[in-house]
Amino acid sequence: MNSYDIVVIGGGPAGLAAAVSAKENGIESILILERDDKLGGILNQCIHNGFGLHTFKEELTGPEYADRFIKQVAALEIPYKLNTMVLDITEEKIITAVNSTDGLLQIKAKSVILSMGCRERSRGALNIPGSRPAGIYSAGTAQHLVNIEGYMPGREVVILGSGDIGLIMARRMTLEGANVKVVAELMPYSGGLKRNIVQCLDDYGIPLKLSHTVIAVKGKKRLEGVTLAQVDGEGKPIPGTEKDYRCDTLLLSCGLIPENELSKAMGTEMDPVTGGPCVNESLETSISGVFACGNVLHVHDLVDYVSEEAAAAGKNAVEYIQYKALSPENKAALCIAGPEIPLIPADGVRYTVPKKLCTDRMAEKLTVRFRVGSVYKNCFISVYLNDRQILHRKKPIMAPGEMEQITLQKEQLKAVDDLKTITVKIEET
Amino acid sequence: MEKRSLTCIGCPLGCAVSVELEDGQIINVAGNTCKRGDDYARKEVTRPMRIVTSTVSVKGGDIPVVSVKTEHDIPKEKIMDIMKCLASLCVPAPVHIGDVVLENAAQTGVNIVATKDVAVKIS
Repeated sequence: MNSYDIVVIGGGPAGLAAAVSAKENGIESILILERDDKLGGILNQCIHNGFGLHTFKEELTGPEYADRFIKQVAALEIPYKLNTMVLDITEEKIITAVNSTDGLLQIKAKSVILSMGCRERSRGALNIPGSRPAGIYSAGTAQHLVNIEGYMPGREVVILGSGDIGLIMARRMTLEGANVKVVAELMPYSGGLKRNIVQCLDDYGIPLKLSHTVIAVKGKKRLEGVTLAQVDGEGKPIPGTEKDYRCDTLLLSCGLIPENELSKAMGTEMDPVTGGPCVNESLETSISGVFACGNVLHVHDLVDYVSEEAAAAGKNAVEYIQYKALSPENKAALCIAGPEIPLIPADGVRYTVPKKLCTDRMAEKLTVRFRVGSVYKNCFISVYLNDRQILHRKKPIMAPGEMEQITLQKEQLKAVDDLKTITVKIEET
Repeated sequence: MEKRSLTCIGCPLGCAVSVELEDGQIINVAGNTCKRGDDYARKEVTRPMRIVTSTVSVKGGDIPVVSVKTEHDIPKEKIMDIMKCLASLCVPAPVHIGDVVLENAAQTGVNIVATKDVAVKIS
């Protein structure tokens, strides 16, 4: 059995940044396993621009952003296997994978970084009624067909869901000559970034119908049309608001689900809100030495934050390996076995990543990322250590489609005697 | 006085920027959190510009299309003219990231560059 210090599961933006960071932090023995035939993950089909403003201080397209990291992986001579599907990871960090050159392979790792990304919510998961004709695609599938395969999936298009991929595809299909009739969103607000609504819908005069959903699908072999209806506060269609749209294509952009079959099978504790593993300040899962980063941990809005988070996971995996190699006395001398303090999301904050932290182990500054449950205008992000408020920051706008973040200072946390809880909440004026 | 509300697209924060105009002259820009927002708002009310990203056919490549972009932003009303130029374009493999695949697209003075590598197909 081959063994490596760190095995990275997935060669998308998270996996690449994690591997680069691990190498730069001093670990030589790293392997990336990627199921596609290229590194870069979903960025390869995200040909639009807007990536990298935080990381590279310039605006790149998805493939260009991926290329920056792929070049770093090449320069650092980090090995990777493409077309390789990981089937199983055990708690002992034995990875079983398969590809057509090695066959079935088993690899032993000292540390594993989970960076498998996410997948789109499918028609089956949305319970859209009606027949099952051709022409209903997830927005990402359509994006792959247009941007990688060079095929147009249809000409008359309705999009359900205003997630970013749906908005991006509304523009992309329009540019390629399709007639995008409408984007319908079940919620009373868009799930996508505002800039995408401006650039992808407003620029092309594509209407966005909030609080609307598809209630009927027509067509036997090929999609012939859909019926949209307005929904009430509980998401139920309102009778009398139905409107028929003729179309040959329905794109679904209704949310992303972290792809955690491997994490669940190996027994990591999961967060039902994010759909990702529960992690501590080191982005370490409930299994020691197994780290998670990127969209497998929680769905991000910007790839720049994925890279940042993944770099932290890579560094933390290195520290884990270095710590494990220490003698018992040296381990004890480091004093990093303090209690784990829970971060509690409250009043509009849906979750936090990390979910808990140890003040002994955390770096001087720790980024905590979270999402809010609905649209908040002119509200405050507040942080409480036990009952004492340490942060009260005004935000003109917060929306579920955009990730928020705060920074916790080690010094500030250490100063509190008997720290039991850290609460992150939204407060109105 | 005319007041126009915009959503800045300079970065994903999407600041709500308001521009006050008097006789077509910008007299105030508010709501932006950085200089980019100010620049964007001024440009957007006078001469809106966009980067266009698309794909171009590749002959003999390991994938059939290569992703491309306008090297700089172009006037918004020229987007469809650019798309027309790209529809009939076919470039031979290999293509490298940054290669100019079309010069002066649609008389905008802006080049179209590849945004990914496409290798020659091994048959």
